[in-house]
Amino acid sequence: MAGPFVIVGAGQAGVQIAESLRQEKYAGPITLIGAEAHAPYNRPPLSKRFLLDRPELASLAIRGPEALQRRQIDLQLHTQVTAIDRQAHQVVLANGGRVSYGGLALTTGARLKTLPLPGAELAGVFGLRTIDDALNIGAALDHCLSAAAPLVVIGGGFIGLEIAATACKLGIEVTVLEGLSRLMSRVVAPIVSEAVARVHAAHGVGLLFDVKIAALEGRLGAVSAVRTAAGQLYPAGCVVVGVGVNPDDSLASAAGLECERGIIVDECARTSDPLIVAAGDCTARRRTDGSLLRLESVQNAVEQGKSAAAALLGRQRPFTAAPWFWSDQYDLKLQMVGLSQGYDEIVTRGNLEQPAFSAYYLRAGKLIAVDSLSRIADHMNARKLLDRGMTPTAAQIADEAFDLGSLLRA
Amino acid sequence: MPGALQVNCIEPDGQRVRVQISDGWSLMQGARAQGVQGIDAECGGACSCATGHCYVAADWLARLPPPAVNATQMLLNVAAERRAGSRLGCQIRITAELDGLVVEFPERQV
Repeated sequence: MAGPFVIVGAGQAGVQIAESLRQEKYAGPITLIGAEAHAPYNRPPLSKRFLLDRPELASLAIRGPEALQRRQIDLQLHTQVTAIDRQAHQVVLANGGRVSYGGLALTTGARLKTLPLPGAELAGVFGLRTIDDALNIGAALDHCLSAAAPLVVIGGGFIGLEIAATACKLGIEVTVLEGLSRLMSRVVAPIVSEAVARVHAAHGVGLLFDVKIAALEGRLGAVSAVRTAAGQLYPAGCVVVGVGVNPDDSLASAAGLECERGIIVDECARTSDPLIVAAGDCTARRRTDGSLLRLESVQNAVEQGKSAAAALLGRQRPFTAAPWFWSDQYDLKLQMVGLSQGYDEIVTRGNLEQPAFSAYYLRAGKLIAVDSLSRIADHMNARKLLDRGMTPTAAQIADEAFDLGSLLRA
Repeated sequence: MPGALQVNCIEPDGQRVRVQISDGWSLMQGARAQGVQGIDAECGGACSCATGHCYVAADWLARLPPPAVNATQMLLNVAAERRAGSRLGCQIRITAELDGLVVEFPERQV
């Protein structure tokens, strides 16, 4: 399709599309519209380094505004898109303005899930998605530190655990309340959950499972404790809620694009409208077997972004590589590749106690995913093994003296 | 930019770009923010994603501390050729000793 190209959402995926269009030698107009006031920035450090070191905001930049300007990418910040007019090929802005497109890319990201609980609106209760959220959490952690007040984290997923680890490093007493029976249960096997739980416990973080929250209690409008359905009270100087996100497909679905918990795209990032592509957290990818795959990751934003840019230029660049993710907690480096759902066998490699091991997930004898805890070489080899559809034998996996990378060179 | 140091970046197509990077920033943060081509993304300098593979020019290598084991392992199986100067840009902290550093970025990251 022909330009001008308009990209709604100035995060990782949006910036990638703009840059890839230029790399693919498209020289026409590109407008990159962001709802936030900040220039495009990296989100992964927000739960970790950013809270720990409080670096200047500019150091989080994906691309600085000047760099985008040099490539003649028209960055419009603090700009809310309220509708897509598919007949007129325009997006409608909150100020009533309209921007015409020849091709449109939606990179609208995801929104935090919230807790439908009494007290959820109290001051001192946070979710983490944006720089502004992180600045607020940083200030609240400072308050916890100076008042010797504990942090309560609701949700034992990646974001919650990363914030717990960061706050613990800062010297704050931390309790994590998880609704299910183990950490990160949606993504990793029990053996991995247990290893990560041991690391948190060793750092003095309190972990409670199968907790049903009844309410957040407040004093003078600010949160002071979390009360469980069982009647227990956990005092809190602040509360971070990390219970996941919902893809932001509101614009797309209002415009009649096919959506199902995300904007449905094919492997080339194309939506049900031939003039519209989508990439990143807001999408649900239809795979060749018909199933929908939702990924929330930097890799997905970048790779779908590249696919989306190609699609805007009428080319096909399918994204089919094995998905990978990471999480840093204390000195533990958790790296995951592949999708482990439906595994029927796990083979481990390394030291479970330390922990420094990898869990290799197999289904019907075929390798489908690998979770590595402080086992970087295993992770990097696993990315390639999975991309090539290769499965080492159980004996090769378990034998640390065997170099799994040698299979790739054979 | 106050306290900025010069780094000479060679983009995948051979174009040389001189960028200013603040003292104490990582090579990755500075080069990426200023739009140097050849960098996909970043994990926040945590050495977790392997998308910051770059080649440090031979005459500068001796001024860098040796790469940590973590960083060396992250460079296993990266898409572009491994060379003596292969490093992860997020693990190179720009200081006065590295003012004028020359570094090249490969065509593909992962």
